[in-house]
Amino acid sequence: MNEPTELGRFGKFGGMFIPETLIPACQELEIAFKQAWSSTDFRKELDDLLHDYAGRPSPITRCDRLSEELGCQVILKREDLNHTGSHKINNVLGQALLAKRMGKTRLVAETGAGQHGVATATAAALFGMECVVYMGEVDIERQALNVFRMRLLGAEVRPAVSGSRTLKDAINEAMRDWVATVEDSHYCLGSVMGPHPYPWMVREFHRVIGAEAYSQCMDVLDRVPDVVTACVGGGSNAIGIFSGFVDTEAELVGVEPAGGAAIERGIPGVVHGSLSYILQDEWGQVLEAESISAGLDYPGIGPEHAHLADIGRARYEKVTDAEVIEAFQLLSRTEGIIPALEPAHALAWMSRDRESLSGKTVLLNLSGRGDKDAMQMMEVLG
Amino acid sequence: MSRHEGIEAALTKKIQQGGKCLVPYITGGFSGYLETISAAADAGADAIEIGIPFSDPVMDGPTIQMANDVVLSKGITPERILNDIASLEIDVPLAIMTYYNVVYRYGLERFAAELKESAISGAILPDLPLLEAKPWMDTAAKSSIETILFAAPTTTDEQLPEICENSSGFVYAVGLLGVTGAREELASSAQVIARRCKEVTDKPVLVGVGIGTPKQAQEVAKVSDGCIVGSAIVQRLLDGGGAESVGEFVTELRTALDTI
Repeated sequence: MNEPTELGRFGKFGGMFIPETLIPACQELEIAFKQAWSSTDFRKELDDLLHDYAGRPSPITRCDRLSEELGCQVILKREDLNHTGSHKINNVLGQALLAKRMGKTRLVAETGAGQHGVATATAAALFGMECVVYMGEVDIERQALNVFRMRLLGAEVRPAVSGSRTLKDAINEAMRDWVATVEDSHYCLGSVMGPHPYPWMVREFHRVIGAEAYSQCMDVLDRVPDVVTACVGGGSNAIGIFSGFVDTEAELVGVEPAGGAAIERGIPGVVHGSLSYILQDEWGQVLEAESISAGLDYPGIGPEHAHLADIGRARYEKVTDAEVIEAFQLLSRTEGIIPALEPAHALAWMSRDRESLSGKTVLLNLSGRGDKDAMQMMEVLG
Repeated sequence: MSRHEGIEAALTKKIQQGGKCLVPYITGGFSGYLETISAAADAGADAIEIGIPFSDPVMDGPTIQMANDVVLSKGITPERILNDIASLEIDVPLAIMTYYNVVYRYGLERFAAELKESAISGAILPDLPLLEAKPWMDTAAKSSIETILFAAPTTTDEQLPEICENSSGFVYAVGLLGVTGAREELASSAQVIARRCKEVTDKPVLVGVGIGTPKQAQEVAKVSDGCIVGSAIVQRLLDGGGAESVGEFVTELRTALDTI
């Protein structure tokens, strides 16, 4: 995958559309990240953490019963088995280590489903840093377990009470916090979005998913899979796994919730620091996304995904909440793996489009486990 | 003073006469806002900043957010606000303050043309830093629209002269690390950023963010050429005070600035 241009552009998307107050911080972060990423000491320290603390490498699992049901060969990349239960830990350990290196003592984060918030709170506890997590009031209600986990880990969870009171508004609050605290705080952004260098840096921290999956597929299949698929909100887990296959023949398919399908229904615009596809009205007011999954409830998409869609290297499908609920049960029943609602989107697409996948080998990034969604699904399923 | 002479010309004249500049901020589309703009002009504003509400105002604190939400929930569009302003009879220059997506969605050329048509002299776009501003500034300049840039407490000594040089209308010196909103005390950073700007530019330097009382206005204007007052005014609108209350408050600010 290519590096972005100097102002953080992937094609025409990306950029640094942030208050002047934050420009020096983003520039400082870019320099610090570049130095760290080319430093063998930093890389070793991070690799050790990923191995000894997060439990990497995560395995891949061949799913025989599910494959039989869908008529294609399904392989899961098991990011659900990482410490804290999702892929989010990869990025957070990288950023926290970098923040420490930069002399920052406080981490600020936004969270939707709570997985990134839990991961950030975890890293803050590990490094002895202060941690504040902004979370939409609506999400605080539907993800009560993760709120408890964050508090248990020593983080302060602050509700975002404006606008749609979901992930988008939590990002607004986190940015406002950072504008005021930029001297001692690092904004630990949780997806491949926001101003440069975040979309690039977060992708680099998640490359490990794709790199591992590539060599695991070569070991097991002796070739790359026909299709690589992942769910997309901002798109961090998808970029992570895509990065291992973008230079191969594999087809890349991102799956968005129907109520937040930024690639299909969005219009290029600027929000949260970068230019990308956004759900917005004719006056540029950002619209609310709607999804059963708090982690994908976002009206935009990371700028590199917008670029991959534009150049036709990846395609983006959308699935309904009802299809996701089916897929959530399907994987639980056939493989004994309860997925998070987010990656259940990718499975929902596979299940619906199974005819077109017939006989193919499909690698699905199982970005997180479903424990956090159990309460919500208990109500839905009765 | 005239609405059409432009912001920089009007403020420069004021400064040359030994005066300090006062720029109140009023949320566009808020109930009674046109009367409020007139009242602020009558009370001695040198230019007026009119907010066009945006759904995700990351540089704004709770007061302006709340006023934004009130306007947006009524379905009032940027076009409606610009049309209202076009028909406003007033004799001080005006700037709009909004976020870049509103401009981008309009189309840069169309937005600049609309501003000109509405006799609005300047644009303040807090999420469009100098690094990203060139396409807009070039387009705006063709319609003689002034783009007011921000100088922040974190802006480096290397970046500061370039921001000041590219800014037109005035230099918006950010008084503190944080979003808009009134504060108990004037931040020490307010005078510091004003002084740093004054050292590198002859353009008017006005401090905004965290200036909410006549005393704070007076204090900061000892160093700066004036100030922008936003949330303290918008709070009066939210409290139901209307044009009259804002007029009285702007008079107090004016008096404070005139007695430095």
